[in-house]
Amino acid sequence: MNDAQSVGDAAPLELRIDAKAHRSADGTRVPVIADLRLRLEAGDFGVLIGPSGCGKTTILRIAAGLDRDFQGELRAPGSGRLGMVFQEPRLLPWRTVEQNIRLAMPIGEATADLRDLIATLGLGAHMARYPGELSLGLARRAAIARAFALRPDFLLLDEPFVSLDEAVADRLRGELVELTTRTPVTTLMVTHDLTEAVQLADRLFFLSDRPTRIILEKSLPPPRGSRSRALVAAIVDEMRAAVARAATDTRAGQVS
Amino acid sequence: MQRAYSLAALLAVWAVTAAMVHSRLLPGPLAVANTILVDIRSGDLPFQMACTLARVIASFSIAMLLGIAAGYAMGRLKAIDRYGDAWLIVLINMPALVTIIFVYVWIGLNETAAILAVAINKLPNVIVVMREGARALDPELDEMAKAFRFTWPSRIRHVVVPQLAPYLAACSRSGLSIVWKIVLVVELIGRPNGVGFVLNTAYQLFDMAKILGYSISFIVLMLLVESLLVQPLERRAIRWRRRPA
Repeated sequence: MNDAQSVGDAAPLELRIDAKAHRSADGTRVPVIADLRLRLEAGDFGVLIGPSGCGKTTILRIAAGLDRDFQGELRAPGSGRLGMVFQEPRLLPWRTVEQNIRLAMPIGEATADLRDLIATLGLGAHMARYPGELSLGLARRAAIARAFALRPDFLLLDEPFVSLDEAVADRLRGELVELTTRTPVTTLMVTHDLTEAVQLADRLFFLSDRPTRIILEKSLPPPRGSRSRALVAAIVDEMRAAVARAATDTRAGQVS
Repeated sequence: MQRAYSLAALLAVWAVTAAMVHSRLLPGPLAVANTILVDIRSGDLPFQMACTLARVIASFSIAMLLGIAAGYAMGRLKAIDRYGDAWLIVLINMPALVTIIFVYVWIGLNETAAILAVAINKLPNVIVVMREGARALDPELDEMAKAFRFTWPSRIRHVVVPQLAPYLAACSRSGLSIVWKIVLVVELIGRPNGVGFVLNTAYQLFDMAKILGYSISFIVLMLLVESLLVQPLERRAIRWRRRPA
């Protein structure tokens, strides 16, 4: 009944990927992820950071249950209410913004009141429009609204603010913080922007190049989302140094 | 407007040629119009057209239903495509007349055979077009639907069908015209009514006015179907596309 209660009962996200390979065009198997262990407490906001092409999206797809072709184990948090924001908005172009949002909601809730969410994301004037008529920023908002409308207890975000101008991205980050604080939800986000990660996260996971593994984990002091500019900058610098050290250690470990 | 002019020009050429030749074998537009009116009044033309139209609708529906299902399956599943492809090539290269003869010989000169023969002729074309459509389905939207746990009916209605709409429109367009032409052949060979039957009788009597009158009537009917049914449906299906600025 009570949302706060259910979060107390909620299980953490536990993901273990022993091996994951892609099949390349000539049929050989290319290992992308090896020996990756990830645990995120219920209600926490985790961020995966790594170089582009390191398999971040693959990890998210596995966490979402969309890709079962891997060796390992996935224990998803919550009761299976999954909200997902893809790198591109992935809205249905032939349905209006409102239909796009409501279609993703479980049957029986599709008529729920969304005014709050719509107001927070500033979509009010655009609900009757088709995605083709929206700017990228608005389309991203619609995609975020779709992920939150079903009141997820597990949220996955794949570089949701990439290729937006900084002002829009910043506002959207603020809205994301508000939404993830208002409703308790376990969130895993992927980004290559360290500043963004430090702004939003409770816990950071730094990834190595292929085959991907976690080279460094770091918990950040609460509260997330309202850290000062100076504090964010300080943590970013500290993390850069730590990651550089961890990366050399891993390489040295691989050589020996 | 240009279309109206060019149609008028066609009529004029026809009228002048008919007047110059002055033969029973090329009746003018007025004579043909007269035949049409007489046959409408006697009720013969509406009856024969209704027979043909019913066969067109029945065989078109069967071909579309089976073709969509088979084409979708072949477009989505490689294994089915590998098995089905050889059948498809045989089917698509089978002359319409051969199919019709075989179906009539095996099933008999009856309504089932007539409708089936036409449906089989149209089927491979639907399969080929729908297979292309199914192959072009966007895997990213598919993944989105999976992530958000769309139910099957809603996945088909909101994700798959809108993507297939242009392919559906294309094969119903070409489908209607092919189907009604083959229906005439089927009627000519083995049915006691319908436009094809009338054409056969008229041919034996050298009644060119009747042949022209019936074919023109049916062309007009198909034009009506196209502009009152197919085009509005298509406009509805693509209204989300951004209008050109």
